[in-house]
Amino acid sequence: MKIVVCISHVPDTAAKVSIGENGKTIDPKDVAFVVNPYDEYAIEEALKTKEALGGEVIAVSVGTDANKETIRKALAMGVDSAVLLKDENPRDSLSVAKALAEEIKNQGAELVFFGKQSVDYDNSIVGQMTAELLGYNCVSVAVTFQLEDQKIRVEREIEGGREVVETFLPAVITAQKGLNEPRYASLKGIMAAKKKTIEEKEAAPCQNHVEVVKMKRPTPKQAGKIIGNDASAVPELVRLLREEAQVI
Amino acid sequence: MVNNILVYIEQRNGQIKKASFEAAKVGADFASKFGSQVEAIIIGGDVEDLEKISGYGVIKVTHYKNSDLVNYSSSAYGEIVANHAIESKNNIIVFSNTSMGKDLAPRISAKLDCGIAMDCTQFEYDGDDILASRPVYAGKALIDVKINSVKKIFTIRPNVFATGAPVDGTAEIVVNELGNLNLKTKVVELKQSEGKLDVAEADIIVAGGRGLKEANQFKLVEELADQLGAAVGASRAVVDAGWRPHSEQVGQTGKTVSPSLYVALGISGAIQHLAGMRSSKYIVAINKDADAPIFQAADYGINGDLFEVVPALIEEIKKLKSN
Repeated sequence: MKIVVCISHVPDTAAKVSIGENGKTIDPKDVAFVVNPYDEYAIEEALKTKEALGGEVIAVSVGTDANKETIRKALAMGVDSAVLLKDENPRDSLSVAKALAEEIKNQGAELVFFGKQSVDYDNSIVGQMTAELLGYNCVSVAVTFQLEDQKIRVEREIEGGREVVETFLPAVITAQKGLNEPRYASLKGIMAAKKKTIEEKEAAPCQNHVEVVKMKRPTPKQAGKIIGNDASAVPELVRLLREEAQVI
Repeated sequence: MVNNILVYIEQRNGQIKKASFEAAKVGADFASKFGSQVEAIIIGGDVEDLEKISGYGVIKVTHYKNSDLVNYSSSAYGEIVANHAIESKNNIIVFSNTSMGKDLAPRISAKLDCGIAMDCTQFEYDGDDILASRPVYAGKALIDVKINSVKKIFTIRPNVFATGAPVDGTAEIVVNELGNLNLKTKVVELKQSEGKLDVAEADIIVAGGRGLKEANQFKLVEELADQLGAAVGASRAVVDAGWRPHSEQVGQTGKTVSPSLYVALGISGAIQHLAGMRSSKYIVAINKDADAPIFQAADYGINGDLFEVVPALIEEIKKLKSN
């Protein structure tokens, strides 16, 4: 079975974010980029599925040459090959999904994994959109995944619990933290990754519907008051919460 | 062009979610801006108090009903909402940014080939254009986005938009009983954490971090949460250490939350944690380390030993409740 895992290239979550000169995106200078953390769970699940059932795992990413660094990490974890769908211009989520859907169709992949969201724009929508464009079934925010005879059983996280969802191939699954423990790339894996191919293609052209007008800093919060240094401050804290904040 | 509005109303176990009333109010605000009308759609089995939606300016509610639709089905719900949106010719669709809304809204965007803005926290207008403001990088920055397609979808962050008091109004309720459904994705079981509030929905959150020293000390967090009717949250450090489940994690690789009150116990305030909770209305920090970054975000702080302060706080809340 052909399995595709879609990955994105994002700033490390520990990075401070400053706004770039264009006023619309972050300034990437001095920012370390990593594999989107949720994509690591997607990669791991794709590899585990291949190990259990056979087949191959192909990573697909939309972006620029900078994404190659991230793609290499996926290859070092054990992904067999990769496709970079190139576009120098920013794309909205639906445009990304359209490029991915076309490539997944070309590949004839029946099972597709995504991270549940990218930690840059935090939309959590590209997986579901791609599934819709392909006419594939889809379960998002998966914390367990089982596949047997084309049938899929997934637990997805919802508010205050989980939904146990049954569906079937072809399908798109988006991975939540907790789905598995992503493996580290071994030295052998890192060496092997250097020999694996990253096929480069132009991403299918399409028009964005969503336009970023400007990026802003959040209103800075004024540092509050330190009420005290021990338990004697508790009555005053409770009074403030009741009378000033009126939240309890 | 008349920008009529469609609001997606979410039910779980036959009850309308609070966040859906917020979505209805946002829809009504759009309608008064554009001089248009707002209608609502709900999918499920029996639903309690459906007429309550009238109180938020909605003139018509269409209830798609079938006993197989009591639980969410991404395939069936997606088709019903998309078909309704096309037939009813509504240009603006509003969802809540809940786990259902996040799953459903992007499917509609793909089906209708239109733009979508997720997790909006504020709306402004530039002439007839809606500028939607939404947090990115888990709240380290915000972007204003404009949707250029005729049809537009917005999902709104729960707990951010006030509903105000319900107004007088009577919405027409249309029940559309659906025949046999072929569910391609189907919820076969719901596993609910009994009586546990989720951080994403809670009005008060009590969260704990490394400062609690060991997993079983989290009972302090749980007890305070219990007294306040709050949800329990956790920092990434304690989730990664296996003390708490990931569903409780607040921050950039956990949940982004905006409760009225966030109480941080023994949490230093790493950048990815602050990003996830800084939009809380009030923040209380209890921490031994005077230099902990959490104090920069806190409205009220106690710079002391949480093992002394928290039991005293629990007693004080108990006292308050018994008066």
